[in-house]
Amino acid sequence: MKITDKKIDEIANLARLEFNANEKIKIKTDLEKIVDFFDKLSEVNTDGVEPLIYMIDCQNNLREDEIKNEISKEEALKNAPDKDSDYFKVPKFIKK
Amino acid sequence: MNSKYEVVIGLEIHAQLLTKSKAFSGDRAEYGNHPNTNVSVVSLAHPGTLPRHNKNAVEKAIKIGLAFNCQIERYNKYSRKNYFYADLPKGYQITQFDTPICKGGFVKIKLKNGTSKKIRLTRAHMEEDTGKSIHDIEPQNSLIDYNRAGTPLIEIVTEPDIRTGEEAFQFLTEVRKILRYLDVCDGNMEEGSLRCDCNISVRPIGSSEFGTKVEVKNMNSMSNVKRAIEFETERQITAIEKGEKIAAETRSFDALKNLTFSLRSKEMVNDYRYFPEPDLPPLIVSDEMIKQIAKQMPQLPEQLYEKFLNNYNLGSYDASVLTETKEIAAFFESICKTCSNYKAAANWTMVHIKGYLNENALEFDDFKLSPEKISNLINLIDEGKISNSAAQKVFAELINHPNDTSEIIAQRLNLIQTSDTTELEKLIETALNKYPQKINEYKSGKTGLLGLFMGEVMKLSGGKADPKIASKLIKDKLEK
Repeated sequence: MKITDKKIDEIANLARLEFNANEKIKIKTDLEKIVDFFDKLSEVNTDGVEPLIYMIDCQNNLREDEIKNEISKEEALKNAPDKDSDYFKVPKFIKK
Repeated sequence: MNSKYEVVIGLEIHAQLLTKSKAFSGDRAEYGNHPNTNVSVVSLAHPGTLPRHNKNAVEKAIKIGLAFNCQIERYNKYSRKNYFYADLPKGYQITQFDTPICKGGFVKIKLKNGTSKKIRLTRAHMEEDTGKSIHDIEPQNSLIDYNRAGTPLIEIVTEPDIRTGEEAFQFLTEVRKILRYLDVCDGNMEEGSLRCDCNISVRPIGSSEFGTKVEVKNMNSMSNVKRAIEFETERQITAIEKGEKIAAETRSFDALKNLTFSLRSKEMVNDYRYFPEPDLPPLIVSDEMIKQIAKQMPQLPEQLYEKFLNNYNLGSYDASVLTETKEIAAFFESICKTCSNYKAAANWTMVHIKGYLNENALEFDDFKLSPEKISNLINLIDEGKISNSAAQKVFAELINHPNDTSEIIAQRLNLIQTSDTTELEKLIETALNKYPQKINEYKSGKTGLLGLFMGEVMKLSGGKADPKIASKLIKDKLEK
């Protein structure tokens, strides 16, 4: 299957990735190969076969409405690359 | 509004469900706590963690479906809605895509002209809330608080049945009222536990095609929803009249300037790449589960409204005020258990009690007097022992002495009415003697003067004269 430049741009945008011209050519060939590989699967006739979503036979795995505050604020913030004593910090993502 | 055009409005309502813990983890779901204290490894999306759905959130969603006349989906899947945003740590929101728990249904609203209208619902599905971002503290960074992340939500989507801002207002009022009756959402638009987005388009009257849809967000009160729709309607009509094209976009409402402004274009349609959530097994809703929940359903405002009209002979205004909240309805009904003067029970509840609560910023749950006390008070009036105005004094005193009876207070305040006719006749004598001229006028046909004499008698008695008896005695005297 042919992957267009437009498709690459869309996917790159969704994945928050950027490719320069050379990289784009490379990722395009890679993606085409991957998609071709998956196309192999369409050779199988799946008429009337329900899609498989769940790997185990389980349903209604509900929990009671009970509060279990398992971690503290300090623990929550511990692994954040940027933070202050109360908040996670991220680069500003809206223009004001 | 320009009468050549028709407005088509559909609403999306997000309501936070009143659970103790979050939708898919055990951290506390509560507004207003210190930032990032109500979090867990699940709501922070740490790798290797698994969500488990809160049973209470499911039951509340089903309750909502039953109240809004929806069909309840028996086979529920969860889906991932993928998008990249800092307030959504997993990179996807757990929601329902092709199997919303509630399908169809409707809400009946009352219009100003006295008619009612059915607003159809498309669906209502379960999902989770995001964290909160704060943009205005630091110049370079946004601050994130994940306390809200994972709070259970129900998203209610209407069909494009709404035609005016007023209808949208009535619809939201009704939805909020029902959610509160059900105890599933506190309905606080300022705090964001109830939120509403509007899809608005205009088209020439008679056209069967819809105009280009504009989404308006960020209205934090019901009257702002109405104002935003009214502004947006005018804006779109003016643009069309000028020959401009309406852009498909998301706009925000500015309540101070009373206008909407463009947030983002919808041309790059968001590709959410929905797919089934493999971490959560399907949820099968059984007949038994629905039956159990149906049993716990309270009487809804519409049923109570009909009951108040038919069983208590109230007018439609009284019935609608008395069904605004389940607390006021319950109080009124409790008075009626021991008081057969339903009209008076309605008045006391709506006017005196509600007035007192409003003045003191209290709720019905805070009211110290039992419904029986109020019914005793009404019975004292009906037995002719105290006048209406005296009853208000007794009421005020009763609030300070909730353990006393109305009768004891009335005696203490010396408000028990004089129905002793000899005493009254003396007072009437005095009153009439003050106005010999007026007596002649009365006798020559100016019967409206009865009020003057009554007023005088009431004054002389210190408000204690039984008005029915007094007026009869005055008439007898004058017409002798």
